[in-house]
Amino acid sequence: MGCPENSSWKGCVQDAVRRVFSGGPVYLFFLGLFAVLLVAGIAAGIHSVYIVGSRHAYGSTREIPLAMLIATYTFFVITSTGLCLVSSIGHIFGVERFMPIAKRAVLLSVITIMSGFLVIGLELENPLRLGIYLFLSPNFTSNIWWMGVLYSFEVVLLILEFIFILLDNHKASVAAGLLGILFGIAAISNLGGVFAMLNGREFWYGPYLPIFFIASALLMGCAAVIFFTVLAYRIQREPLESPMADALAAVGKLAGLMLAVIMFFTIWRMVALAVGGTHELLVRDALVSGPFAFNFWVMEAGLGMILPFALVLWSAGKRIGPLFLASALVIFSSFFMRLDMVVAGQIVPMYWELGVREYARLHEYSPTGHEILVMLAGVGLTGAAFLLGEKVFQGFREVEGAGSGSGGTPEDVAQEPRSASKGKVDV
Amino acid sequence: MIFKSLDAETMLKNPEKISEMDRREFLKIGLVITGVFAGGSILSVASAADKIFPNGSIAEKYPYRPHYCMVIRVDRCIGCRRCVEGCAAANAVPSYGWRTLVLEKVVLQAVGQKREFIPVLCNQCNNPPCVRACPVTATYKDKKTGIVMMDNQKCIGCKICMAACPYEARYYNEERGAVDKCDFCFETSLSRGGKSTACQAACPADVRVFGDLSDPQSRVYRLVHQLQQPVWVLKKDTDAKPNIFYTKG
Repeated sequence: MGCPENSSWKGCVQDAVRRVFSGGPVYLFFLGLFAVLLVAGIAAGIHSVYIVGSRHAYGSTREIPLAMLIATYTFFVITSTGLCLVSSIGHIFGVERFMPIAKRAVLLSVITIMSGFLVIGLELENPLRLGIYLFLSPNFTSNIWWMGVLYSFEVVLLILEFIFILLDNHKASVAAGLLGILFGIAAISNLGGVFAMLNGREFWYGPYLPIFFIASALLMGCAAVIFFTVLAYRIQREPLESPMADALAAVGKLAGLMLAVIMFFTIWRMVALAVGGTHELLVRDALVSGPFAFNFWVMEAGLGMILPFALVLWSAGKRIGPLFLASALVIFSSFFMRLDMVVAGQIVPMYWELGVREYARLHEYSPTGHEILVMLAGVGLTGAAFLLGEKVFQGFREVEGAGSGSGGTPEDVAQEPRSASKGKVDV
Repeated sequence: MIFKSLDAETMLKNPEKISEMDRREFLKIGLVITGVFAGGSILSVASAADKIFPNGSIAEKYPYRPHYCMVIRVDRCIGCRRCVEGCAAANAVPSYGWRTLVLEKVVLQAVGQKREFIPVLCNQCNNPPCVRACPVTATYKDKKTGIVMMDNQKCIGCKICMAACPYEARYYNEERGAVDKCDFCFETSLSRGGKSTACQAACPADVRVFGDLSDPQSRVYRLVHQLQQPVWVLKKDTDAKPNIFYTKG
């Protein structure tokens, strides 16, 4: 794809580089911006862990050892699994309307999982030891060991699936994709288990998180497909043609369903917390009326559930503009959802029940500049790799060459096929 | 406001209005049923007031030889914190970390003594959540002594053991490049023929009694298996089966 069959690899690379540099000033500005974020974030991470020490640079503490970077990691890997799952609906399970999104979704799945690995690599104190002792000294009862193994398999399978898709080897890509789904679901539910199996942490403990993470992954997958596909068509300066517009409408409906599921998950979670143990009651208070209230009500419930759900309803499964906005909100707010989930699970002191002076207040956490920069490194990698991918693979089109669309707003983009083709897109 | 001060007088006047949080605050004073363990096995869950062990509750076997444990007689602790200093000096614990701590509880409503000190440390659990969570067995349960050890060379610094520990007994030690925790002074004392821990040796009030729970002649055995005083453990509900016991007297 994107390279004539009789041309050399060198020629392909030269063509790809030429396409990247012909992307226009806006494209190149954002590519440069994401590259700067990536480099700055990696530098901040190396500075934190290997030069000044994470105790000085990161906001995580003895009391809250898992913080923003763990939340960022979960954000990326949940998105990756979601993209893998949503892409599989058409590509693996044969639902026609979902077919057009598969290639981009698989590539994005690879990109986001690599972003997650980058962030966790800059969070771990001794990441090189992980590469050695994960194999030489495994602990099969550890969720993190399984997480490392399952995600390693998943990323290999996703890369293979993408390569087979590019080579038009349908059978091999389906096989790799099917295995990728199995490993992806196992990995994402196991990621929930990392938290859910810590029975000293009442807010996390129990079967809720592994199940919630799967539902959340599906929502994130839908949101990421819509968000990045609409942006991709702007980058290519082409209108959304009918099959892709139909696909996005179908993904939008699935997103609406998953939003409803997530809302009910959240409602029951809060209801259950109200009758839980002491730690759970304290966490509920912190979320509802304490230090996390803004994050919970505005960032999670308002911007992450209610408003996107209203936008999805308003789109009536046709208007791409509201779907795009809803997707952007879901992606943005889900980061806060992950952060709240990770941090709120640790705010209640372990010795709170003793009523001692040293542990008479909830633990507090604020991210540092270094942590924010490392988080942005993940954003930078995803953004830069997505932009490069769109040019290198020419927007995942079968046809050679780019179109000559005007490249307006997402709504403008969606309008064109309505008049130019028999697409169902409406604004 | 998350933490409300306890209004015991109001609570007792209007018992039907006691909220869930008030009830929990009340229990925090210490008028609470205590779980009694030995060697990580539950001996009984009995009211401290009744001081009753059910029949057949004494564990006959302990999984380790020696089965190291510590009994902390909290009412003897004067809060001098020499144990904390002794531990830090013996084990090169940096100023930003701790292996043991003495917590201070103030109950103004109490009759008589209104202050209590509670030493805490790694509970060397028989079912340690930290060991289960570690992906590379950098922390492990020593098969001979039952002490939860660290292999610093393996530690990847993921800190999941810190999150898993119900006793907040772990911290990341920059100098060691690994998570650090109490090992009952195994590295600095027991492995070199020592018989005590630095915190025990530094205590002027004989608060901390260290020894072999599998030895019926040891002080710890007798303290844990007596009926006169209640014996309890912290965070019983996590089922970590700790080897740090608390008692009075």
